[in-house]
Amino acid sequence: MATLEITTHVDARGLSCPMPIVKTAQAIKPLASGALVEVLATDAGSVKDFAAWSRTTGHDLVEQSVDGAVYRFVIRHK
Amino acid sequence: MTLLAEPIAPPIPVEPSPAPAPEPEGAVKTKELVIVNWSGELDKVWPVMILSSTAAASGVRCKVFVTFWGLLPFVKDQKRIVGDNWMQKMLTLMQRPGIDHLKLSKMNFMGMGPWMMGVLSKKYHVASPRELLEAATTLGVEFIPCQMTMDMFGLKREDLIDEMGEPAGAATAIAMMTEADASLFI
Repeated sequence: MATLEITTHVDARGLSCPMPIVKTAQAIKPLASGALVEVLATDAGSVKDFAAWSRTTGHDLVEQSVDGAVYRFVIRHK
Repeated sequence: MTLLAEPIAPPIPVEPSPAPAPEPEGAVKTKELVIVNWSGELDKVWPVMILSSTAAASGVRCKVFVTFWGLLPFVKDQKRIVGDNWMQKMLTLMQRPGIDHLKLSKMNFMGMGPWMMGVLSKKYHVASPRELLEAATTLGVEFIPCQMTMDMFGLKREDLIDEMGEPAGAATAIAMMTEADASLFI
């Protein structure tokens, strides 16, 4: 798998709903179309939430994984 | 026959209401959520802040119509007693205004409940209503105060936080709700 060129990182570890989404939205807003954002979160609800959020916004959830209690999401700006 | 002894006041010129901006050709209409923030209680204002900030973060246009008890959390921090007469002053004497002084709708126990909620929210890194309000206004959520409640409670525009929009009435709330994709009364 090719390494993705991440533009911005969002560290939302330790934060509860809805702050991982709010922080990601703020981080992705100024970026250009196609830019990639990596989000780290520990909120267990974030798996469903990031899927729903990408559906609502149209941003593309290109990758997600879990390492222990840390969830990782990579989102491509629409 | 003359019905009026006094000539009526000159009519106030009617400003044409601005037509909604036309959607660009082929564009998908932005989804819209309207919340009526009525209760002013901690366990209800909190979800209002969570849902409104998340809506804005999700690219959903969000407007919050702020009415009745819901207005008190939007009074500026430095204000303690507001209103012109003793009855209005009693309101804010009994219920301290401001976003940090909300009561629970149940299990308030003279402030023990909200205090415990504060401790728990810090322990589990849940953003406070204040932090969420800040996020919501930064993300472009519009908070519209109810003019009628402001009049009744003796609240002036300058008593309310600067981030709020222009006061409006029930007809504005109805127009907002009927034009939105979803609306909530909390």
